[in-house]
Amino acid sequence: MNLRRVGILVLRYAFVYRRSVIRLVEVWFWPTMELLLWGYVTLFLQRVGEGAVPRLVTFLIGAMILWDVLYRAQQGITLSFLEDVWVRNLLNIFCAPVRLSEYIAATFLFGLVRVGVTLISLAALAWGLYHFDLFEMGFALIPFMVNLLILGLALGVITTAIILRFGQAAEALAWAVPFLLQPFAAVFYPVSVLPPSLQVIARAIPCTYVFEGMREVLRTGTFRWDHFGWALGLNALYLGLGLWLLVRMFDLARERGLLGRLTMQ
Amino acid sequence: MRRCEDAVLRVHELTKVFDGIVAVDRVSFSISRGEIVGLLGANGAGKTTTLHLILGLIRPTSGRIEIFGRDIERHRIEILRRMNFSSVGVNLPPNLTVWENLWLFAQLYGVSRAQERIAEVLELLEIAHLRDARTGRLSSGEMTRVNLCKALLNDPELLLLDEPTASLDPNIADKVRRLLRQIQRERRIAMLYTSHNMRDIEEVCDRILFLHQGRIIAEGSPREILEHFRTRTLEEVFIRIARSGEILVSQRER
Repeated sequence: MNLRRVGILVLRYAFVYRRSVIRLVEVWFWPTMELLLWGYVTLFLQRVGEGAVPRLVTFLIGAMILWDVLYRAQQGITLSFLEDVWVRNLLNIFCAPVRLSEYIAATFLFGLVRVGVTLISLAALAWGLYHFDLFEMGFALIPFMVNLLILGLALGVITTAIILRFGQAAEALAWAVPFLLQPFAAVFYPVSVLPPSLQVIARAIPCTYVFEGMREVLRTGTFRWDHFGWALGLNALYLGLGLWLLVRMFDLARERGLLGRLTMQ
Repeated sequence: MRRCEDAVLRVHELTKVFDGIVAVDRVSFSISRGEIVGLLGANGAGKTTTLHLILGLIRPTSGRIEIFGRDIERHRIEILRRMNFSSVGVNLPPNLTVWENLWLFAQLYGVSRAQERIAEVLELLEIAHLRDARTGRLSSGEMTRVNLCKALLNDPELLLLDEPTASLDPNIADKVRRLLRQIQRERRIAMLYTSHNMRDIEEVCDRILFLHQGRIIAEGSPREILEHFRTRTLEEVFIRIARSGEILVSQRER
């Protein structure tokens, strides 16, 4: 992998964002709207429930912000790829001396920048509006973030592989894939709420351990290393599978001439 | 197949089958340094597939492609640094300026003194005044010329051009043809050129390959082709091949 070429591809995305007000607004717009919505719903629930669930605001807003980290990381990869498809630039990129690994690394790195900007904005807004301190989680925030970013990368790679195989007809998956996991991943409620059969699915999703772990840290101040280990192990598995699938689909795209068709669609 | 000792591109028995359909059928040819070869054929004849095979975007079912004496499958990245491609069906990000787009591609191709080189190609294509324009706001003719600038950035030794004058008015198309000839003379770039415009082919190409259903059914200089088919224009040859290519294939095979 040539890091210089990765850097240039990252710079390319930065140029695109610098010149597109809509894309820049998008980095803040949806997360901010979600935060406002969840924040006020939470405040309302707390008032109605008269504090029946301690730290409800913290749990839900924390979950919403961390979910956004995962979602934005996945979107960073998939939308960057789709962007090249939409503007019919994909062939220019792959006719240039650029490896698939360099391209994916660039989309991921730029996704990280987007996640960073969104996260800092949300953290500031949540503190200002709801007195929620994201950094109350302290050190635990780092392993949580690492696991969410790796899962975002894995999902982004898997989604890109599927779009590469099925073309633009599958582009709705770019937004749908993370939400397929959300009901089972214990984002806003504990795993114990789910029926036993769904708990099995929940335990196979890496971010379940992050959200369970987050609630544990906020409630008791204890960081569960076993949760961290499970999340990391599953992430390694899914990322490995995702990369294998992407390489396989890229091979298939070369076999069936899909890159050209994707560009000319 | 004509043997070229100084061949930049060698295609040998190239075949591509998509789901049982033969898109490219045992195609063999080579291109020497400084030679412009036209790849002609009706829609679906296999021109674009052949270009994509040469670029390594499609994997051949069988056969071999050597560029600069190296196998494209094994040395794709090194080879791509020394060649380039322009197609009427491919665009650059619309919200970047012409200069930004060219600068980024210059970096990807590892062009030294990128700024000077960009200024040079913009002058060459007579679009220096568009330097700060966003590519999304250009006319299709201007966009085609920006694409050609991108294709010339790395001073390629092999240039693949897929219908480079398709969206140009006759005046600009003429300028582009002259420019390609000039580049060929001065820099001795080898070019593989597809077009439906027979005037392009007659004016620009040293040699023509006619494809029909994935096979080369006629090959030679424009003059040789006209003599062979006993016609006055390449357009007549094109129509004859498109309508009775099967017969010509069997005659050639006999």
